[in-house]
Amino acid sequence: MGYIGKDLGRRKSVWEYLHIDFPLLVALFILLGFGLMVLYSATDGNISMMRRQVAFIILSIFAMLFMAQVDIRILRRWSPWMYLGSMALLGLVIFYGSVGGGAKRWLDFPLIPRFQPSEIMKIVLPLCVAGYFSKRAIPPRFKHIFWALVLIMLPTALIAIQPDLGTALLIAVSGMFVILLAGINWKLVFSFLGVAILSSPALWIFYMSDYQKQRVKTLFDPQSDPLGTGWNIIQSQTAIGSGGVYGKGWLNGVQSRLDFLPEGQTDFIVAVLAEEFGLLGMLFIMVLYLVIIGRGLFIAAMAQDTFSRLLAGSIILTFFVYVFVNIGMVSGILPVVGVPLPMVSLGGTSILTLMISFGILMSIHTHNKTLMP
Amino acid sequence: MTEKITLQDHPLERQIVLSRIIIGGVFVFLLLLALFARLFYLQVNQHDYYSTKSDSYRIHVQSVVPTRGLIYDRNGILLAENIPSFTLSMVREHSGDIDGMVEIVSSLITLSDEDIEKFRSRLKNRSVPFSSVPVRYNLSEEEIAKISVNQFRLPGVSVEAELVRHYPELENFAHSVGYLGSITTDELRKVDPVNYSGTHQIGKSGVEKFYEDILHGQVGYQTVEKNARGQIMNVLDRTDPIPGQDIVLHLDSNLQKAAVDALGDFRGSVVAIDPESGGIMAMVSKPAFNPNLFVQGISQKDYALLNDPVLTPLYNRALAKYSPGSTVKPFISLGALNGGFRTPEDTVHDPGWYQLGNHKHYDWTWWSNETGHGTVDMQRAIYQSCNVYFWDLAMDMGIDEMHDFLFRFGFGRNVSLDLPQASTGTLPSREWKMNTMGESWYPGETINSYVGQGYTEATPLQLATATMLMSNKGKWYRPAVLKKIGTDSNYSQASSFLPDIEINNPDHWDFIAESMEMVVSRGYGGEYRTYGSAYPYIAAVEPMKYRMAGKSGTAQVIAIPDDYDRADEVAEKYREHAWFISFAPVDNPKIALAVFIEHGAAGSSVAGPVARRILDAYLLDDEGELKSEYRFPQISEEGEEVDEAIPAEGFLSAEGSMVGAASGENINALSENDRQLATFNE
Repeated sequence: MGYIGKDLGRRKSVWEYLHIDFPLLVALFILLGFGLMVLYSATDGNISMMRRQVAFIILSIFAMLFMAQVDIRILRRWSPWMYLGSMALLGLVIFYGSVGGGAKRWLDFPLIPRFQPSEIMKIVLPLCVAGYFSKRAIPPRFKHIFWALVLIMLPTALIAIQPDLGTALLIAVSGMFVILLAGINWKLVFSFLGVAILSSPALWIFYMSDYQKQRVKTLFDPQSDPLGTGWNIIQSQTAIGSGGVYGKGWLNGVQSRLDFLPEGQTDFIVAVLAEEFGLLGMLFIMVLYLVIIGRGLFIAAMAQDTFSRLLAGSIILTFFVYVFVNIGMVSGILPVVGVPLPMVSLGGTSILTLMISFGILMSIHTHNKTLMP
Repeated sequence: MTEKITLQDHPLERQIVLSRIIIGGVFVFLLLLALFARLFYLQVNQHDYYSTKSDSYRIHVQSVVPTRGLIYDRNGILLAENIPSFTLSMVREHSGDIDGMVEIVSSLITLSDEDIEKFRSRLKNRSVPFSSVPVRYNLSEEEIAKISVNQFRLPGVSVEAELVRHYPELENFAHSVGYLGSITTDELRKVDPVNYSGTHQIGKSGVEKFYEDILHGQVGYQTVEKNARGQIMNVLDRTDPIPGQDIVLHLDSNLQKAAVDALGDFRGSVVAIDPESGGIMAMVSKPAFNPNLFVQGISQKDYALLNDPVLTPLYNRALAKYSPGSTVKPFISLGALNGGFRTPEDTVHDPGWYQLGNHKHYDWTWWSNETGHGTVDMQRAIYQSCNVYFWDLAMDMGIDEMHDFLFRFGFGRNVSLDLPQASTGTLPSREWKMNTMGESWYPGETINSYVGQGYTEATPLQLATATMLMSNKGKWYRPAVLKKIGTDSNYSQASSFLPDIEINNPDHWDFIAESMEMVVSRGYGGEYRTYGSAYPYIAAVEPMKYRMAGKSGTAQVIAIPDDYDRADEVAEKYREHAWFISFAPVDNPKIALAVFIEHGAAGSSVAGPVARRILDAYLLDDEGELKSEYRFPQISEEGEEVDEAIPAEGFLSAEGSMVGAASGENINALSENDRQLATFNE
């Protein structure tokens, strides 16, 4: 009880009243601002695209501030129902989803904008799995791990058949992080990884489609398909490499300016950044990411109940995976998967989802200090 | 605490999660470090390499355009070929300042405002970066020299040799073979953009459009090193394109040209079909245009000329629908025999008009001397084109019987293999009128339909197809322009796609064919008006070397008031359309033909001679005799083959002397009378 008394006695800062984490807020604002600068160059100064992006960012900031006000315990109490609701929406996608780009991912309801239920699941799944473990003793027993895996695999499967393999894998990863943080036995983790590696040839033969195989092949030999997927890799590496240490300067990128770089505004925006701002620019943005991730891990470590720790840890590690996969893909050490660079790439929904997650982080950091978990 | 779990050990749990978070943090740091190492490698160690690549020697993938397949006629004569042409092209990425570059180029060679405008729109629509965009086509040698001398002032500008489409037959096949033109954004959306990455033209009409996939081929590509001025320094790797396949058409150049010549200055069309395959041997629409104008972009001036509201040279009259007039009578007659509504012997008395309710319908004879045909049987109704007979039949047979029977001949639908743009025409019925107009059917409309007027409309292609069926006794072949693809000599289209037309008494085929033969060859007899309506213009002009069957049609364009008198007093655009359908030789049909002449005024006298000229050109050899391959191997009673053309027996033998003796004076006297008569609705 002394533990609680200590917090009660402390004077609250104005940020705590507002439920805002100041260091995280500052780092996010710098990242968003820098991202807009890069995007301006990548879109060749396209004002209408920029206006849309800024509008989405402002909306996302409000969404984050709103989420920060919601007590984390309310989220925990409602997490099973949110999970069921999101699953129902994913189910609806299968039957009534509208098709775009060869996949069924969207839902159209009257009066509200069309949306992807998989985006909601990105937030809800870690909530639900964390909620599940918070009511059970950890390190988790085998039985509980099994049921948690079931919770993870159900939405993963529904999203994978849309098909949207990239999102499905990232959602699965966010759930896995919760299990990992909950203290699952390392032996189990390594044997699982072992099985995955051993079964990958079977995956290659039976499951992966030709275009997915091509993307993996391209990783090792971009020249094997220079007109198709190899083109992106060749061009993005040329852009990055030609940037050098200091870069060619803002708005001076050649590769992106001459339409050389496809997807230069979305998934491959890092190439524009690296070409124009050089290694120093990359160092700057990676330090920014490191600060945000570090602050997130700190919030997770300081959180005062298991639910909050698991949730915060999963959110921030998943964020890291986005960063790593995107930069890894553009710099040619990972196969090409459709993952945007968090907070920088053109596209509002990704920013909205991430900012809601950061709102949850802020809520965890500013709500937990008054009562026992 | 409301939860029932009591076994939780909070400090331990905190310890577990904390340790995992720390491990996670370490991983994050190490992986970010790995990323940084990769970037360091690219941007510091490999900087010089990528910098060079980016700045001066860019590795670039170029598409290599496949050669388009050639188009041949049935005799192996080229209808569409590829000839070399020199094009001035520009790569935007290398040229930098486009406006300045265009200014320099136009100081060297002629560049019209239209050229510049088109170049800008192509520049905007190009799909692949670093691709060259055509500025002007068809450079002369002098212009090429000027560009070469000034090459140092023109980075990114180059002269490229490429193969362009050329149609050696010029106007003759404009509507059947079609033409290529610049790809529009809409068209690019419908094809594989990679396969068309280097292709500037696409099939816009006719065979070129329908068989685009086969003709185009598969793009190849080459990886090249280019310097900053856009010149290729080195070809690193090359995948050859797969050329498009050649195709062979049923079209016959000689026949097509004969049809073009026979039409002369008339506006109209000719469709000829091979009764043994359904192959379209000729498809002419006049006036036509030079398809070569379109290949590299037509100028606005030329295009304006092609949009003349009266001549409409771009309009394919062979596939457009018009009232067929009396050409439908043989088909309706066969239907009447087959349905038991008439026997060949049944007669009708024709006083020159037919009364329906309290309205009198006048036959064409009435307008010349207020008489009719008198007593008319079916055969006479066909060869003299008697309307009263068919008006009377209409009342017994009704519209739906006519619809069902003519539908089997391909009226009211488009059955062609490769002419999707053809009109389906209109074949009216009670149901059709209810569906399209929401009104019930009136008896007066049946009357109109039975003489090919009113709602009834057909295309020259449909009439040629129906004539083919009449000549081969109902054997259905799908009308097709394509004969075969590439070297595949076994290629053949599905011939049994529609059931052959079976009739109760096959002798009726011969009966109708005989009636159609009388149209062109029944000479003047003793009785009043016993000659075939087209006889004065066909068999009487020059003796036939083969047996020809035909039927004229003269179709009203507008409703003619009852006091309407003489055709030459009527403005040309209100004159009737003239038709003539025909097949020959009757005993061994080799060609089925439909001739359509826009506002030609009279089927027998205007369209009939055109049909004969085309048949003569196709069937006769240089000596003016029927070609041996078209002769029917007749076995005489002694068992010898008789090689000569057999005159139609019966009616002609009686009047054979008439044919031979027909003096010019006699013909002229009669034909003037007939020309006047024939201007009315036959």
